[in-house]
Amino acid sequence: MEQILDQLPVVLKSLNIGFLQTLKLFMVTLIGAFPLGLVIAFGAMSRFKPVSIITKLIVWIVRGTPLMIQLLIIYYFPGLVLRNPIWGGGEGGRFLAASVSFILNYACYFSEIYRGGIQGVPVGQREAGLVLGMTKTQIFFRVTLLQMIKRIVPPMSNEIITLVKDTSLARIIALQEIIWAGQAFMKGSQGISGAIWPLFFTAVYYLIFNGILTVLLGQLEKKLDYFK
Amino acid sequence: MPILEVEHIRKYFGHTEVLKDISFSLEKGQVVSIIGSSGSGKTTLLRCLNFLERPDQGIIRVNGEILFDANDPSTQQESEIRRKRLHFGLVFQSFHLFPQYTALGNVMLAKELLAKQQPGYDAGKKSIHAKIEGQARELLRQMGLSDRMGNYPHQLSGGQCQRVAIARALALQPDILCFDEPTSALDPELTGEVLKVIKELAEQKTTMVIVTHEMAFARDVADQVIFMDEGHILEQGSPQDVFEHPREERTKQFLSRFKQG
Repeated sequence: MEQILDQLPVVLKSLNIGFLQTLKLFMVTLIGAFPLGLVIAFGAMSRFKPVSIITKLIVWIVRGTPLMIQLLIIYYFPGLVLRNPIWGGGEGGRFLAASVSFILNYACYFSEIYRGGIQGVPVGQREAGLVLGMTKTQIFFRVTLLQMIKRIVPPMSNEIITLVKDTSLARIIALQEIIWAGQAFMKGSQGISGAIWPLFFTAVYYLIFNGILTVLLGQLEKKLDYFK
Repeated sequence: MPILEVEHIRKYFGHTEVLKDISFSLEKGQVVSIIGSSGSGKTTLLRCLNFLERPDQGIIRVNGEILFDANDPSTQQESEIRRKRLHFGLVFQSFHLFPQYTALGNVMLAKELLAKQQPGYDAGKKSIHAKIEGQARELLRQMGLSDRMGNYPHQLSGGQCQRVAIARALALQPDILCFDEPTSALDPELTGEVLKVIKELAEQKTTMVIVTHEMAFARDVADQVIFMDEGHILEQGSPQDVFEHPREERTKQFLSRFKQG
């Protein structure tokens, strides 16, 4: 116990740096996957068959295979198989590859949520707007959008909380996120070695961050509770 | 001149012909009730009038102006359809109120969006808004909803929702107000309050096309009754003619069920 207290400042500093990388990946994924998911959703709903078929095929592949495998393929395939290391070396390259993998993966999951939200708004809402002389744009922004958002917040919250934990998968390509930072103290880092508690302790970071997110998303859900 | 003239409307869904050569006309201030069993094309006809469906043949005229001619693509331009729709109001069977707006907000929304597109809106924003709100409040008061203006649809009963929907349609001052089975989603207790409001509108000489299964109401409120069957207008005339002296066997058969029930 005393030993842990001695190690604490060094470990926390290291874990903080790792968690910052975790947060960065989390934020970048959300920023990229929110709009890309919408594009994929519209693609899947397209009346132009080739577009909808190709989009659905991509969604099927991405949702049907482990994110860890996707990370490995996206990171290593260009360099090792094509002999064209497009990601560049070092932590920057790993982060870029991880971001692309996570955005693509999460956009596919988001697209299904969007699709449910869009198709969940009754046709009558659109028709009521049309009959009242509204334009399609007005109907989207003034009538259907908020109803869509209300519908997608709960499933989206689920995905967002899963994403926080999924960022740890980036460890597989040695992205220096918090798991990597915790593990470093097992092999030896900054004079500490053979310590497994830092790795276990990373769970606290996830737990606290997800706690905060749960409260925030819950508040958003409550805010939209004024209509049904 | 009739306010509404419908001439030889035909409508197909795939290979099924749902409207077969429908023609009728309506004078200003009059009410036409359309009755008939489910699937006879009543709702489709209303949807054609409101440009929610496009007839495959026929002409629709309002105040003499050709709003729609299946043979003339220039009458079917998307940008024009929006303006033409405003001749008609439509009250749906299941209300379709906008859930995120209050009763008052529902009545005001479309009118405000229209006002925004008028030149000079920004200059007179406040007074325009006040005027629209005043009109909306007055309409809701007429519907007996003075104390419900700030409520959201989910806080209202079905009958109250339908009355808000009627006020919402009236806010745009349509030439012709259409009702698509306005009481079919309501229990019998709430039906009465909605029918009463529609009757009041008829007394104020509102031009209306009412699709309904309420036979007594259809007879009392209408100047003209249309009986539809399998996409045809089978019988058409004054309420006395259609209800008391139906000529067609099918009409007699349809009405007898209501008389017994």
